[in-house]
Amino acid sequence: MLQLFLLLASALFAIGLYGALSQQSIVMIMMGLELMLNGVTVAAGAFWHYLAPASVAGQVIVVVVVVAMAAEMAMGFAVTTAIFRARDVDMADMAADLKR
Amino acid sequence: MITSSPLWSVLVVPVLLAAFSAVAVTADALLAARAAGRRVSPTVLAAPLAEVPRLLAAQRRTTLAPDSLLWRLGLATVPVAGVLSAVVIPFGQVTASRMSVGVVWFNAMEVLTWAGLWMAGWGPNSVLSLVGGYRFVAQGLAYELPLMFALISAAAGAQSLDVAGIASAQSRLWFVVWMPAAFAVYLASVYAFSVLGPFGYPAGRDLAGGVLAELSGPDRLVLQAGRWLLLTAGAAMAVPLFLGGGAGPLLPAWAWSAVKTVAVLILLVWGRRRLPVIRADRYAELAWVVLIPLAIAQALAVALVVLMTGGTP
Amino acid sequence: MTSVVFGVLAPLAVLSGFGVFRFNSMARATFALLISFLASGGLLIWLGLAYLGTVVILMMVMEMVIMAVFMVAYMMNPAGLMPMSMVHNRRSSLAISVAAFALLAAGIFVTPWPHRAGAPPRDATFALGEALMGPQMLTMITLGFTLFATMVGAVVLATHRGRYDRFGDDLKRRPPADPARGGVGQ
Repeated sequence: MLQLFLLLASALFAIGLYGALSQQSIVMIMMGLELMLNGVTVAAGAFWHYLAPASVAGQVIVVVVVVAMAAEMAMGFAVTTAIFRARDVDMADMAADLKR
Repeated sequence: MITSSPLWSVLVVPVLLAAFSAVAVTADALLAARAAGRRVSPTVLAAPLAEVPRLLAAQRRTTLAPDSLLWRLGLATVPVAGVLSAVVIPFGQVTASRMSVGVVWFNAMEVLTWAGLWMAGWGPNSVLSLVGGYRFVAQGLAYELPLMFALISAAAGAQSLDVAGIASAQSRLWFVVWMPAAFAVYLASVYAFSVLGPFGYPAGRDLAGGVLAELSGPDRLVLQAGRWLLLTAGAAMAVPLFLGGGAGPLLPAWAWSAVKTVAVLILLVWGRRRLPVIRADRYAELAWVVLIPLAIAQALAVALVVLMTGGTP
Repeated sequence: MTSVVFGVLAPLAVLSGFGVFRFNSMARATFALLISFLASGGLLIWLGLAYLGTVVILMMVMEMVIMAVFMVAYMMNPAGLMPMSMVHNRRSSLAISVAAFALLAAGIFVTPWPHRAGAPPRDATFALGEALMGPQMLTMITLGFTLFATMVGAVVLATHRGRYDRFGDDLKRRPPADPARGGVGQ
């Protein structure tokens, strides 16, 4: 049963990875990242339940991942807003300033 | 002791909720008739309930290139959110689902209205509905955090997230007495998530009904019913959170629950006619700059009282 | 009973995850992601983490609605009325994600997982709270500072009007010049 949960988590992670790598729009990339973190959340919950329910570490991991999701979304939208205001685009390809 | 009921009792929740909503809608019709100077007769009181079969039979409106999936899904989410949020509310000594995190469940289910009303505004591909949906999101961002802190105050006062536990922790003193700010914020939030009264801005008359603008027939019935069901669920939740649940002399617990719920409903329906509609952009600043610190201070006061007395006062 | 819940929620999560990148309409993509999150929140509740699952549902509904607002604001094709494909490196990213999934699946089936150590506490939520206020206080402080930094950073990045736009060059104009007068006169 643990393996089924971990398979689900890996599937969500892989779909999110595909989205994060292939999408051009920054908002869609963020949706891919959210899916990846979703997979991590499910995996952490499954580990807590099936391997170490007496310890609280699994729950703390879930809390940290959920907070990371919220922070990532907030900063992602703030950066998108700033880029949009400066250049009127929302594509990741147009934001390649740090590339050589 | 408040006990959890078997699974089928979840089906009783919508029926009870609809019954209390009918009381609220009838009270609203009564107050409207008195305000308009009409004579109050049984026909006048039954008029809003007679709207139900009329709307069921009326023709549904379609628009050009709507997103039908999101539109219907959004409309259906609103009453479903109301019913789901009510399954944790104890009625006297029984509750349909005694969850250990009932308060958080209530909060999560009423947040579904955010998704529902945005989708209901987006779906018909119409400007006025879209503006109504966006107005609701703006209003939602404003009311949600004060509501969360008000719920946290009640949960902290009882040291439990279980609604039944909060109700039974008020055996000596009702929470409304020593958490008045949380109660006031909670009642304002009930108006806000049911889009009625002073927070009816998303369905405002300046938008030809806003989210209601493109609705007719069963769609309109679903959204209107959803608003009143949410108001009733919010009023019913105020009873175990702030008004002591089913406690009281003489009458059985379920009767006291019903009486207190009807009292809060009448207060909310009366307030709907008395308070002006507040614009979301003006309310947002008030909510973030005044209400959130107030609600946090209230939660802090509750926590200090609980720590000092080692329990409830 | 146990497998039924998993058998319903897990495929729902994966299929709606697929749907995020298949729908033409951006609004539908956002709500497909929401359904995926609701399914994993439901799975967390079913695993015994009632508080965390409900909090995931609560937060994700709010986040997805806000994401829908930003989607519609910034993207070209929010309603999907024109089919368009906005991907780059499609084949290589597909290959990478399939390879990642294969690697993870191989690891899952090959690893000798240990046995369950202990039983869940009577009240998992209380145990979490106690831990965050006690032994895991460092985590709590870090999360608090991270969220605070996020809030400040997001507002600083996203706002295009500063003090001098609002209060004038000498910072003396009261009330401030805002596009919408707020309710408090701040």
